[in-house]
Amino acid sequence: MASILRFRKLCYVEQAVKCASVGFESFDQSPKIDQKLDKKEEEVISANNFALEIIKKRKQPRKQPKEWRRLDSCCWMIGYLCSTWWLLLFLYHSLPVTLLQVPESPGVRLKREGLAALHPVVLVPGIVTGGLELWEGQPCADGLFRKRLWGGSFTEIFKRPLCWLEHLSLHSETGLDPPGIRVRAVPGLVAADYFAPGYFVWAVLIENLAKIGYEGKNLHMAAYDWRLSFQNTEIRDHALSRLKSKIELMYLTNGYKKVAVVPHSMGVIYFLHFLKWVETPPPIGGGGGPGWCAKHIKAIMNIGPAFLGVPKAVSNIFSAEGKDIAYIRAMAPGLLDSKILGLQTLEHVMRVSRTWDSIVSLVPKGGETIWGNMDWSPEERHACDFSRKRHSQPSPIDNNVNNSDVKRGFRVKDPVQYGRIISFGKTASQLHSSQLPTIDSKEFLRTSASQNLNFSCGEAWTEYDEMSREGIQKVAANKAYTTQTLLDLLRFVAPKMMLRAEAHFSHGIADDLDNPKYNHYKYWSNPLEMKLPDAPDMEIYCLYGVGIPTERSYVYKLSPTSGCKSIPYQIDSSVNGEDGSCLKGGVYFADGDENVPVLSAGFMCAKGWRGRTRFNPSGIATYIREYRHKPPSSLLEGRGIESGAHVDIMGNVALIEDILRIASGATGKEIRGDRIYSDILRMSERINLRL
Amino acid sequence: MSAIRRRKPINESDKTSEASDSKPHKEKEEEQHGDDDGSDKDKKKIPSKIKKKHEEKPPKWSCLDSCCWFIGCICVTWWLLLFLYNAMPASFPQYVTEAITGPLPDPPGVKLKKEGLKAKHPVVFVPGIVTGGLELWEGRKCAEGLFRKRFWGGTFGEVYKRPLCWVEHMSLDNETGLDPCGIRVRPVSGLVAADYFAPGYFVWAVLIANLARIGYEEKTMYMAAYDWRLSFQNTEARDQTLSRIKSNIELIVATNGGKKAVVIPHSMGVLYFLHFMKWVEAPAPMGGGGGPDWCSKHIKAVVNIGGPFLGVPKAIAGLFSAEAKDIAVVRAIAPGFLDNDIFQLQTLQHVMRMSRSWDSTMSMIPRGGDTIWGGLDWSPEEGYSCAKKRERKNDTQIAEEAGVESAVSQTRSAKYGRIISFGKDVAEAPSSDVERIDFRDAVKGHSAANTTCRDVWTEYHDIGFGGINAVAEYKTYTAESIVDLLHFVAPKMMARGTAHFSYGIADNLDDPKYKHYKYWSNPLETKLPNAPEMEIFSLYGVGLPTERAYIYKLSPAAECYIPFQIDTSADDEETCLKDGVYSVDGDETVPVLSAGFMCAKGWRGKTRFNPSGIRTYIREYSHSPPANLLEGRGTLSGAHVDIMGNFALIEDVIRVAAGASGEELGGDQVYSNIFNWSEKIDLQL
Repeated sequence: MASILRFRKLCYVEQAVKCASVGFESFDQSPKIDQKLDKKEEEVISANNFALEIIKKRKQPRKQPKEWRRLDSCCWMIGYLCSTWWLLLFLYHSLPVTLLQVPESPGVRLKREGLAALHPVVLVPGIVTGGLELWEGQPCADGLFRKRLWGGSFTEIFKRPLCWLEHLSLHSETGLDPPGIRVRAVPGLVAADYFAPGYFVWAVLIENLAKIGYEGKNLHMAAYDWRLSFQNTEIRDHALSRLKSKIELMYLTNGYKKVAVVPHSMGVIYFLHFLKWVETPPPIGGGGGPGWCAKHIKAIMNIGPAFLGVPKAVSNIFSAEGKDIAYIRAMAPGLLDSKILGLQTLEHVMRVSRTWDSIVSLVPKGGETIWGNMDWSPEERHACDFSRKRHSQPSPIDNNVNNSDVKRGFRVKDPVQYGRIISFGKTASQLHSSQLPTIDSKEFLRTSASQNLNFSCGEAWTEYDEMSREGIQKVAANKAYTTQTLLDLLRFVAPKMMLRAEAHFSHGIADDLDNPKYNHYKYWSNPLEMKLPDAPDMEIYCLYGVGIPTERSYVYKLSPTSGCKSIPYQIDSSVNGEDGSCLKGGVYFADGDENVPVLSAGFMCAKGWRGRTRFNPSGIATYIREYRHKPPSSLLEGRGIESGAHVDIMGNVALIEDILRIASGATGKEIRGDRIYSDILRMSERINLRL
Repeated sequence: MSAIRRRKPINESDKTSEASDSKPHKEKEEEQHGDDDGSDKDKKKIPSKIKKKHEEKPPKWSCLDSCCWFIGCICVTWWLLLFLYNAMPASFPQYVTEAITGPLPDPPGVKLKKEGLKAKHPVVFVPGIVTGGLELWEGRKCAEGLFRKRFWGGTFGEVYKRPLCWVEHMSLDNETGLDPCGIRVRPVSGLVAADYFAPGYFVWAVLIANLARIGYEEKTMYMAAYDWRLSFQNTEARDQTLSRIKSNIELIVATNGGKKAVVIPHSMGVLYFLHFMKWVEAPAPMGGGGGPDWCSKHIKAVVNIGGPFLGVPKAIAGLFSAEAKDIAVVRAIAPGFLDNDIFQLQTLQHVMRMSRSWDSTMSMIPRGGDTIWGGLDWSPEEGYSCAKKRERKNDTQIAEEAGVESAVSQTRSAKYGRIISFGKDVAEAPSSDVERIDFRDAVKGHSAANTTCRDVWTEYHDIGFGGINAVAEYKTYTAESIVDLLHFVAPKMMARGTAHFSYGIADNLDDPKYKHYKYWSNPLETKLPNAPEMEIFSLYGVGLPTERAYIYKLSPAAECYIPFQIDTSADDEETCLKDGVYSVDGDETVPVLSAGFMCAKGWRGKTRFNPSGIRTYIREYSHSPPANLLEGRGTLSGAHVDIMGNFALIEDVIRVAAGASGEELGGDQVYSNIFNWSEKIDLQL
């Protein structure tokens, strides 16, 4: 690549010099070209073309063959590139596979140690990673029957983007299929082994499991439509019944060996829901009876669990953006908001994603008790030197508990108010709470129940179009929101969605778990409002990556573009803290795996369920296994074998080894119990939750 | 990268144009240098080329250049077409087709949806032999990087890349009929297992698409994929496939409000499902322990498509000499091609070695012996005349044909009962003239071959010359002696096979020995389950010549080869003999007799094979070839696999799935002589 570029430059130089030296009429232009060479190639080209035209003018009689040759050399060039490409491709294919020596995979090593498949394994994929295919569509989706709409190569987005969006949306009232459209989850291991070609999700884990003897009969992927709320997957697709029947079958056909379940990301709370569903009597539950989990499940190995939700979900619902999009906006303002092309990408994304109930399941749970309030948060003494940590070698003490004590003095000056998940303006995110205007967030529910609907916008796209200007201003006037008030905020800006979704999810903390209302399915996926099943022999693992800055709270501003069909808020990406601060691009970061903060992933295993608590009455053993993130050392490694990032961790050899060991019969004690790098135990201690 | 590529040609052209006038040599050199940085191959050529350029004054396009130019042209055109194709609206091909052939009929799914049909009964597909995909889960060194890639089905790319490795992985263990050590090849699961066999070659896809139109989806459809290489009981022993099918049917029935399932087996899947129905009601250690009323509780109808209930003669040719009509024809056209030793291919031997390790092929050996398939001098299809095929194309009435046929039969007819004969004269001579020397006691010669024939192993090397001659001396074989013949030439394979399959007719079905699983897939040795409300359909194509009997000869080649081959020189218009194969009516693979007899006679009414009186229906589909190329494999085809795209068949299947009974479908629909032929068979019912 580099050599090609060098050569290109050389060509230009030479041509320009030649132009000058031969001395055509363009003589006066040549010196200029010489000077600008380094700056802009485009100009050179135009100048060259100009020169060329002059040449052509001078050699009028020989024009005909010249024209022909130009086309020829085009073809020549392409042919050359093609054949080189093919040659390389051929060489690559005929290359013996062993030449690209990869480090031995954990599966092979453990097989040599004598591990063999014992417990059947069930994989539960998370949000977004599962494939979706079309079963019935509108005329615009002709010929796409049983083709992947989500996952795979996503070619349809480019071919017919609007059609694609239409098919992926759900009905805005019911949260189920819109009429005439049926999009279903891809079944089987192919559902989530690769998200896109070459981008593995479960594939590495599956391959390693196969090395020690797993195959179709003892390995199952519980694919479900991740857009639906959990109970709706049962209502529409019988997904929970299928999972139950599958687990029972595998238990039977594998010599009465209990099943090891490996859920990832949102799959974790999906499986929590399943645990409650399966033991509940038939009309709303699966009717498995109270001993079902104890009988069928050996261990649940939660990877990157989003037990208590993720702050990212908030920004997603609120303004359809995350860290990444905020950066793009900062770098190329206007690109995403450009109306010229009529794209309005974000608005479309928001319109579609707001029909997906499942996103609401990821809104932070547990309110201020867990996530902190205006002036307090469990992570507040957290060190924020990620940037340095990531680029240098992680030193062993870096994340240690004592280290953070040392740094405390410096951090008191600039305390990060993680508790304020959304603040308007940087100052609002840092001031003491007494200095902030206090408007009761419930107030705007009453005041601005869409008095003057903006009919001028025609078809209402997002629910923001139905909000009045005052409503929008008022939201911004409140300055800061904690997880508690956040829910009110979301109810205000997205009333339909929250109405729909809150019938399926709850975000509070139970005072009395024996209250019969907690038998309703909407509480089943919230670990703070459900009891674990009575299965004392079961084990619960929390496996997650640490050492990557993870979005924790946001600084917002009113969006400058106002009017129809636009989102009135956006992350204020101009806000940056000083060096070493957790604030970057309008986002406060905390420790985590890039998506899920440590707090959400680890708290339940570290404290909420540890020992016999009211959430875990039978005293199921819990273990925390953290994996420190280490970026891949070379390009050859791809996404790394020691990564801690939310999805890439599925290729982490240490994590794979842990899973294989458990699947082949080891217990938590045998893999040496907890393994902790982060502050999770301290953070959990600060959380004052009655157990 | 693409930007660079696009920009470069412009400069290139500039240069070439300039190169011609002032200083060509230097320019060329630069150009060569720059373009080369990717490939090592061309570096060698540069020096020589440059020298050449120095010698000849006017720069000329070298051969390499024009090659490149040519490839470039092709690439550009290709990309352009590809782009156009991709930018083309999806409905475009349909417009073209409609413009040429007139408006197409609605696909049955759309048509029936308009009629108001809706998904009702859950549907279970049981694919047949060969059509199901297999993938690799654990392999030898040579198959590295193929984890969970399709070994069978799909593009078959590996067959060309590493054929021997592929054969090794597809073979099963010779003794056990299970996985060889260190190799695990498993069936693909889900609808993708058999929707397309190869890209563009549909099997179940059309049916699935049409069912989806009336509201079926993943939760109401289930593909009972199994490893079709194994014997039926072994799929349970190794993969617990039967248990999975049972559990899935129970689930699918329970989640659909207790509506019974409609099962649609195809080809060998028909036998597999017969086995399943017995297995599921048998008590636990050997069976599934579902209890005696499992089938009546869970199954509404079994819609058999192209079912080889009584086996197919093709299977014999496959086992005996690894060839069928197709291969025999290839051999006739290009003699020596398949037997080529120069490339050390020995394709047929490899195929034979591989396919003989598959137990399932033995499930297709004709069952019922001489009673069903005919003896030396008679066969149920006796009167069949091939001439009528031509008439059928002209839309003659069926009734008329029957008359014509009987007249013809007086003169001369093929002796279909002799499934294998050595020499055409033997096949036609009256039985009294055929001198047969029993082969069963013949001494098997010494196998000197083993050492010289390298790794290619077929059991023929063990029987030696004496054995081979003894086989040929017996002259002609009927369905009964065929089994003995196979026992003789392939003792190991048959020892494995007879533990899992049986080919006889039961005298007394209550004999406790029939509780053994090896009888479960033979409709003549099992009782149907006690499910009086169930319905059994037999859907198959007719009107295609189907292999029924073969004329063999000793293979001329040396000892390392398969010693027998079909005598392709034998032809006879009158007796349906073509290229050494006698053909009869059927769907190109399964003769009508095998597909229809059980539903026409064996199970019709209350018989000893069908004690509860399950109703049976025959639906035949007369084959008519696609009218033009645009139609692809046709919507009126009756061929064994192509029938899965037959609109009339799909309509019938959908109606049954949506709740119709056999009566509502219109009862029997018969074009062939199946009832006549069935009557001729003297079977105690």
